[in-house]
Amino acid sequence: MADTKKIMIVGVGGQGTLLASRILGHAVIDMGYDVKVSEVHGMSQRGGSVVTYVKFGEKVHSPIIDRGEADIILAFELLEAYRALPYLKEGGRLIVNDQRINPMPVITGAAEYPENILDKLSEKVATTSVDALKLATEAGSIKSVNVVLIGLMAKSTDIPYDVWKKAVTETVPPKFLEVNLRAFDLGYNH
Amino acid sequence: MKQLLLGNAAVARGAYEAGVCFVSSYPGTPSTEITEYIATYPAEEVYCEWAPNEKVAAEAAIGAAIGGGRAMSCCKHVGLNVMADPVFTDSYIGVNGGAVFCVADDPGMHSSQNEQDSRHYARAAKIPMLEPADSADCLNFTKLAFDLSEKFDTPVFVRLSTRVSHSQSLVEIGERENHPVKPYEKNIAKNVMMPAMAKGRHVIVEERTLALSDWAETATVNKIEDNGSKIGVITAGIAYEYAKEALGDKVNYFKLGMVWPLPAKKLADFAASCDKVYVIEELDPFIENECKALGIKVEGKELFTLLGEYTPTMIAKKILGTDAPASVAAEEVIPNRPPVLCPGCPHRGTFYVLKKLGLTVSGDIGCYTLGAVAPLASVDTTICMGASISAAHGMAKVQGAEFNKKLVSVIGDSTFMHSGITGLSDIVYNKGANTVIILDNSITGMTGHQENPTTGRTIRGEATRQVDLIALCRALGIEHISVCDPFDLKAFEKAVKEETERDDVSVIIAQRPCALLKSVKYDGLCEITDQCRKCKLCMKLGCPAISVDNAGTVHIDATQCNGCGLCIGVCPFGAIKKAGTKEDKNHG
Repeated sequence: MADTKKIMIVGVGGQGTLLASRILGHAVIDMGYDVKVSEVHGMSQRGGSVVTYVKFGEKVHSPIIDRGEADIILAFELLEAYRALPYLKEGGRLIVNDQRINPMPVITGAAEYPENILDKLSEKVATTSVDALKLATEAGSIKSVNVVLIGLMAKSTDIPYDVWKKAVTETVPPKFLEVNLRAFDLGYNH
Repeated sequence: MKQLLLGNAAVARGAYEAGVCFVSSYPGTPSTEITEYIATYPAEEVYCEWAPNEKVAAEAAIGAAIGGGRAMSCCKHVGLNVMADPVFTDSYIGVNGGAVFCVADDPGMHSSQNEQDSRHYARAAKIPMLEPADSADCLNFTKLAFDLSEKFDTPVFVRLSTRVSHSQSLVEIGERENHPVKPYEKNIAKNVMMPAMAKGRHVIVEERTLALSDWAETATVNKIEDNGSKIGVITAGIAYEYAKEALGDKVNYFKLGMVWPLPAKKLADFAASCDKVYVIEELDPFIENECKALGIKVEGKELFTLLGEYTPTMIAKKILGTDAPASVAAEEVIPNRPPVLCPGCPHRGTFYVLKKLGLTVSGDIGCYTLGAVAPLASVDTTICMGASISAAHGMAKVQGAEFNKKLVSVIGDSTFMHSGITGLSDIVYNKGANTVIILDNSITGMTGHQENPTTGRTIRGEATRQVDLIALCRALGIEHISVCDPFDLKAFEKAVKEETERDDVSVIIAQRPCALLKSVKYDGLCEITDQCRKCKLCMKLGCPAISVDNAGTVHIDATQCNGCGLCIGVCPFGAIKKAGTKEDKNHG
């Protein structure tokens, strides 16, 4: 299917990538697309690299995204953006949260965290970066980083603002709705 | 109405619509959410529970089915090993109310200790197996499984894989069918499997497989898609979706919805209509070998790997010879990001002490398996649920008493209830002197917080009786039982030293709740003060919140720290202090 849109969400276990993919899934069903969302549960969630695939279009078969295929990669962390780079298709867009989280091999000194990842990414592919933690803090909770990032990504899609807003409303717990709607707007208007 | 459902949620929905009234399971990734979703349906309609292990769960479901209700038990692939004993014999007994066993394989081992292929169980136990490819299949096939079960008087397997269980796709939701509990009638020829009766039942099992093979020939779940090609692809489950994306309408498909027993004639006819036929299946050449045994010429594992997950790109390359799309890569080595124990994890204290004492650690299945990775790096073995205790028993017997003084077993509360108790009774009975540490974090952690017999709550969150681990160990004959907080490093170290020195079996219950439980809240966050002498002792904890920059300065990341304070106790210079809270930082 040439017209299937492929979005990859990558991050570190615990950053809330699952909720982000669920908001995205909600929004694309509302648009009447066929959709598949592939998630990661279990051991890899414990602070490891996590990857979620969201694919939508007329008819979607495989739930996974291969190298060179993603239209958009939404990365919650710099190193994970760098790791996911080969999955971006030619002409695709990389949206990255300007946050560094050291993986255990870096913490123990067994490996080095690459320098200037953002510059290297920008040299290779179309890259949008944001300090989502700052915007999330502004919105009222550092936990809303995921929704800030979804807001930023929303602008790179053809899905209208109102559809996104409805998806956020129907996905996040009511208690945190206000904060999350603020977070979405801060990302969207960034 | 169409809904976006996780494969596991769709299995639960299918079972609900099929009128299931009893579900008993033990959690295991990637199968866990099936039973969790079942628990969202009204208790008046579906009874559901977490059982202490898969064998108990399957036996309870078998009993419920004999009792006339539609019943289900769900597990991961290795869980099927545990439930295999009752399942093989249930094949002979058959059902009264329908019985379905859902088993989720984990190709690629996202969260498992091996990559076994559950389809072999279908053939070995002579039980039909359905294999859905997406969430819509999950719902429909699960409903069909219950009907088949009652129609052919057999339990039925539904086989899932990680990508089916944990992918969401669109599903048409239906109404719950009315299947009231059937009357129970005593029938020892069918339900008492001793040799005289089992011989009679075996005849029926073989006849049933033939009848199911006939059914498979015309079953709509075994679907041919004729695209007028001379290339044929025989496939099932998620591999069908990959093949379909890779090959589109360039080939003809035979999508098997039932992977055991196979429709021999229909497969032979399909193959005869093509010049070349491929079998595309992850893991073992199960369909392929069956085809070859039937004399059908196919190609499979000559081209495709036995290892891990497939992708559409891999299939396109092998069948069509097309190259993967162009992609950009980093020009340097990217450090791995393996999973780690969470900040505030109670197991961190345990492994810090075990590593410090240089002990051999017989490990088990759970979050605490992560105690094997650097810098804690203290776990020596991980085999299967419960093996920490029994394997240490064997190790101690061959290595002798001195070795045993440097050997401990670590096992979680849920894993201990699952299959640790029997191993411990082996040690007591056979005069072992092992030290067993039960990591009691008040929940089943790894699979995402499920209740178990030690937590005092049911799957629906109701209060219930709670297994008393101390009384249980005492009843097994253990005289030396201590309860210790693994974050009280000094006391915990002392307890481990004392118990390993002892020439008798002992149990230490390391008690502290999982840091991810909502009830666990620590005041303030940890901060490095200017007292820090950069000795990096705190780095030995392997806490993801603590790191050292290029200048050798130690930092604690406020977004990761949960304020557990374990590092404060480790620092010999009192250089780590509690400071503000996350909320302060928010508005800071």
